[in-house]
Amino acid sequence: MKFCPAPTPRLRYWRNSTLHNRKTSRRNVISRAFTRSETYLFIILFVLVAVVSIISPRFFTARNALQILRTSAFTGILSIGFLFVLIQGGLDISFTATATVAQYLMALALVSKGNVPILVVLLIPIAVGMLLGSVNAVLIHRLKAPSIIVAIANLNIYYGVLQIISGGTWIYNFPDWFDRVGKGFVFAFVDENGATFGLSYLTLIWIAVAIVAVVVLRYTKLGRHLFALGGNIEAARRSGLSLFRLRLFAYSFLGLLAGLAGIVQALDTQTVAPNALVGREFDVVAAVVLGGANIFGGAGSVGGTLLGVLLITVITNALTLLRIPAYWHQVFIGAVVLASISVTSLRALLARRKERIIDVR
Amino acid sequence: MFAEFVKRYQSWHDRNQDIAALPWLLFVVLAIMTVATGGRFLRAHNITNLLAQMPELGLLSLAMMVPMVTAGINLSIISSANLTAVIMALFLKGVFPQGAGGGTTIIIIVGAIALGMIVSIVLGLLNGFLVGYVEVPAVLTTLGTMILYEGITLAITRGFVISSMPEAYLLIGNARILGLPIHMIIFLVVALVMAIIFHRRPYGRHLFFVGSNPTATAYSGVNVRRVLLKTYVISSVLAGIAAVVMLARFNSANARQGSSLLLSTVLICMLGGTDPFGGFGKVLGLVMAMVILQAVTNGLNLLGVRSFATVAIWGAMLVGVIAYRYYQHQKWERKRKQLQRARMQQ
Repeated sequence: MKFCPAPTPRLRYWRNSTLHNRKTSRRNVISRAFTRSETYLFIILFVLVAVVSIISPRFFTARNALQILRTSAFTGILSIGFLFVLIQGGLDISFTATATVAQYLMALALVSKGNVPILVVLLIPIAVGMLLGSVNAVLIHRLKAPSIIVAIANLNIYYGVLQIISGGTWIYNFPDWFDRVGKGFVFAFVDENGATFGLSYLTLIWIAVAIVAVVVLRYTKLGRHLFALGGNIEAARRSGLSLFRLRLFAYSFLGLLAGLAGIVQALDTQTVAPNALVGREFDVVAAVVLGGANIFGGAGSVGGTLLGVLLITVITNALTLLRIPAYWHQVFIGAVVLASISVTSLRALLARRKERIIDVR
Repeated sequence: MFAEFVKRYQSWHDRNQDIAALPWLLFVVLAIMTVATGGRFLRAHNITNLLAQMPELGLLSLAMMVPMVTAGINLSIISSANLTAVIMALFLKGVFPQGAGGGTTIIIIVGAIALGMIVSIVLGLLNGFLVGYVEVPAVLTTLGTMILYEGITLAITRGFVISSMPEAYLLIGNARILGLPIHMIIFLVVALVMAIIFHRRPYGRHLFFVGSNPTATAYSGVNVRRVLLKTYVISSVLAGIAAVVMLARFNSANARQGSSLLLSTVLICMLGGTDPFGGFGKVLGLVMAMVILQAVTNGLNLLGVRSFATVAIWGAMLVGVIAYRYYQHQKWERKRKQLQRARMQQ
């Protein structure tokens, strides 16, 4: 079930496979690099960082870089989950609601007087996230409905129910260990003013998630099946893949990461509010789309997504440093999203004109 | 007489199977709400209340329905309506002279509405160009423009609410002609025009063709790109008309007004028999679905259910409607196959 009627550029999967590129010379490596969107993204990021560093000397410091890595951990973790769903050809924007529900339940367990074990506290959001994600998968698969419509419905159900249960109350005053982990560093440095900075635990979680994602997508059968499903659903069905299991995996993986992102966000801000994450899904969509994931499904990479997340955060950070008012930020994000999806679509359009695809149905 | 009526209903029922259940559902909902609220539901004051919110919801649902018929979706209707409303509000507040005469007032109000329409046409052209000519999937295009338009509105208003429009403009929201509120008349006229475009004009036919099979439509000589461009412009203009009504009714405009309406418009379209995979949809079904949803919301409100709970209930209703449509389609498929088999045996 595909929501968009446009045909998918199916040849891409083969062009990037190792079989095809076995006889590559060194010159081909460079010319091939320029067919990948990650290269362009890296150049844009590099130019952007250079320009902003010249304008504002406060930008290009280890402290700011590590700060950027810390604040983008939340978006980064969600982006990887969203990438999985996008690759298999769906669109699910209910993950912020999932994350909010998951982190709220975790926060309730944290501040309860029953002394819930730490392991249970951390398992609650992950289990809740996986559960809500699989609800999405079951509805989308069983009812053959467009994923975006099911996502809009579930987003509102989750937020609505949470608002009723919580009454809009914020939760704070978490235990000491929670605060220490949130503010702690893996490697700490002390700068000349005596302030410490370093690699945050939140960034570490993000990196770990990214590594797992790379391994799953590139080196497991499951990952290749996800690409196959997104690339051509009919071919995937005929080659005997279980569409339901693949979808269940993709959506519940997004749910799991939403739960994890909920933990990370709570660690970062040390407060949990039932409406804190409303609207944050757009940053995630922006980052993944910017990262060169194919909007028709069937292609996308963790590296591109990471670059996309960094680009979005660097743009926001640079706008703040350049003293551009906060209400302009969303204009930039929107423009960047539109520009990048247009470029991806245009490239697919031109590729389709060049290649004839014989589609037997 | 009665037999004639039954025959007519039978024929209508057979032709409109996807929306045939709606009149009965409407009746059941009205009955349940009347009983549950102990008759408060049917009082004149409440009926006026019920009707007052309908025009903007109806206009926005129509704006959602047009692209849905072409197998697309327009997530940017709310933000585009807000942007239009904010620009109109700024124009009205900036240009309106103190104590102006009747003639100038009318010219300025007409000018503001014209400006609003131009703005919404431009917003629609961007959507339509990207979906039709660049072939970006509709979901992503409109998700992107939704972020962009909301951002522009935030940047213009700096997050503030623009309120207190001129008295004369507010007449659109509360004056009556022949007992009907003006905004209701606007909605009825627009719905009628849309019904004619959908079911009686060549463009409407093309819309349904594109929705069911774009490739076949292209080969039969229809300019699919032009049809898609027009679709998103029409959708945006409908959102713009909704903005005109909303500005008059709320007497204010801001960047994040009515964000929960997106869910209700999708719900109304789906309940009204519009197929999100394109090719099916009826204005009559949409209007009935809107009345049903409005009755449910209003009844729950009377019963003291909080607004968050209402939103959750809407979401659950949407899932329910999707499930209902799915099983209905399956039933039809089975029937069709049986007929086919019977024909084969003959």
